[in-house]
Amino acid sequence: MSEAKKILLIDDEPLARNLVLEYLQDFPQLQVVAECGNGYEGLKAIQEHQPDLIFLDIQMPKINGFEMLELVETPPAVIFTTAFDEFALQAFEAHAVDYLLKPFSQERFAKSVQKWLSQPQAQPAAVKQLLQETPVNPENKNRIVVKEGSVIKIIALPEVMYFEAYDDYVKIHTSQGFFLKKTTMASLENMLNAQEFVRVHRSYLLNVAYLTRIEPYDKDTQLALLKNGNRLNVSRAGYAKIKEVLGL
Amino acid sequence: MRMATWLKVVLYVSWWLFWSALQAYALHTLSFSWESALSDALLSHILLGLAGVAVANIFRFYQPEGKNIIYLMSLAIGLTFLVQWVFQWLFPYLLLGNDIAYLAFAQKAAPFRIAYQGLMIAFMVLFGWLWFYVKDQHRKNQHISEVDNMRKEAELFNLRQQLQPHFLFNSLNSISSLVKIKPEEARGMIQQLSDFLRGTLRKDPQQMVSLAEEIRQMELYLSIEKVRFGSRLQSRLEISEEALQAHIPPLLLQPLLENAIKYGLYDTLEPIEIILKAERKNDMLQIRLENPFDSSTRQAAGTGFGQRSVARRLYLLFGRNDLLQIKQTDTHYAVLVKIPQETNEQK
Repeated sequence: MSEAKKILLIDDEPLARNLVLEYLQDFPQLQVVAECGNGYEGLKAIQEHQPDLIFLDIQMPKINGFEMLELVETPPAVIFTTAFDEFALQAFEAHAVDYLLKPFSQERFAKSVQKWLSQPQAQPAAVKQLLQETPVNPENKNRIVVKEGSVIKIIALPEVMYFEAYDDYVKIHTSQGFFLKKTTMASLENMLNAQEFVRVHRSYLLNVAYLTRIEPYDKDTQLALLKNGNRLNVSRAGYAKIKEVLGL
Repeated sequence: MRMATWLKVVLYVSWWLFWSALQAYALHTLSFSWESALSDALLSHILLGLAGVAVANIFRFYQPEGKNIIYLMSLAIGLTFLVQWVFQWLFPYLLLGNDIAYLAFAQKAAPFRIAYQGLMIAFMVLFGWLWFYVKDQHRKNQHISEVDNMRKEAELFNLRQQLQPHFLFNSLNSISSLVKIKPEEARGMIQQLSDFLRGTLRKDPQQMVSLAEEIRQMELYLSIEKVRFGSRLQSRLEISEEALQAHIPPLLLQPLLENAIKYGLYDTLEPIEIILKAERKNDMLQIRLENPFDSSTRQAAGTGFGQRSVARRLYLLFGRNDLLQIKQTDTHYAVLVKIPQETNEQK
């Protein structure tokens, strides 16, 4: 038998975790290292145990399953477990990410696990794609979750003045300073409402509500003045986009 | 006012017989023979009667919009001359006794005849138009209120039907988990789930139920959710004896309870307590449903579908917009619902 794989269960319903535990008895090489009742505990357990596979519920207290995964540096393999979430299911299908619909049968569960065992590398890549490309949590679209050290912070989108590209990260500028999140401008732009957040420049995604004025800077660029006095470069393409959003 | 057709016909014929008799009598007093007077009176009134039938049929199939005076006037004038023309053409053949002097008199009296026929026909046109206008208006009103009722019913039905699929599937998942480790509890949960679902079926959304019945339904829901979430979910009910007898639209509080549990549980990591209070104040049943709330992670809560649907239902049932209120602090979120009670209930 090959070496034992580390499994993590994250679900806020004890009975739901219990069912997965029961089904897992058929796979003695899979060893459950921890059970977590929410995303906060989940994050700690992922850091501590570096699991090979997570069974992850989507609807959970404070931060949901997607928001938790966004905060993990390198997401492991994930099998999502959810009762009903049409939007998420579409995203799973589109990215070939495995999921189990509650209540699920022992056979269906075994199939998922077998599939992961046969190609353990496929899942993490698919999950990474999913998180980058799809606005997976429409219900929580009005907020963004970041991690500062061990503290998890939930920022309401109306508080965000603008996003700034910053190497592999994005700087989230709010009136209380900025926060860093490991994501891309493209995936943010994809997730956010295009009428509220406009990509005015390769490096800037601006919350239109904070804009007070646009003035010419040189031949190809304009300057956007924000309510707090900040100035952002606006590219020619960005200028066209913002004019469209403002209906000019 | 519904009249049998035969009665209408009898009335209509009598009406014209009355005028015929009057005219014949008048002519007879002018020293014309009864034959001449009667044949004139009968023919002209039979023609008028036919004109009346024509008017009724025209209005039955075509109603001039609003007050189309020109249309009504041309109809009256046209019919008047048609009647006169037919009369002049037919009368020489139908005149009993073949009184030449009477024919000459009839020729001379044509303007008076036209005036009389014109008045009669104008009256019929006006009456016919009014009759069908009122009928049409009545039908339209009936249609509008029917459509309105159907829309209201469908809307109420929809508003009540929004059972969270999450709840159902997650409950079944819990049962699936319990079956092996605690079969007795699994059976208990199936029972509760069935009772709850049965309670959501076959309830006329316009019919009121007692608060006691509504509370039983809510307790079923709470007990199922408590199995799912274990010790994280607690509840406290404070309901006065008087309030239990008060009336409430069925399942009105269900979406609010779902919200309270959802936001309570998903806004905090700690165990939560849902508090339900109800009391009766004069002719109002006052209900307060409270859950813990974290203002830092969720602003503008309560604009969701559940709460809107309850507000809408209250509006449809009572025509008031002030029956649902929100009280929000940094740590707690409360929904206040008022249900007007019939003050003097008749049994």
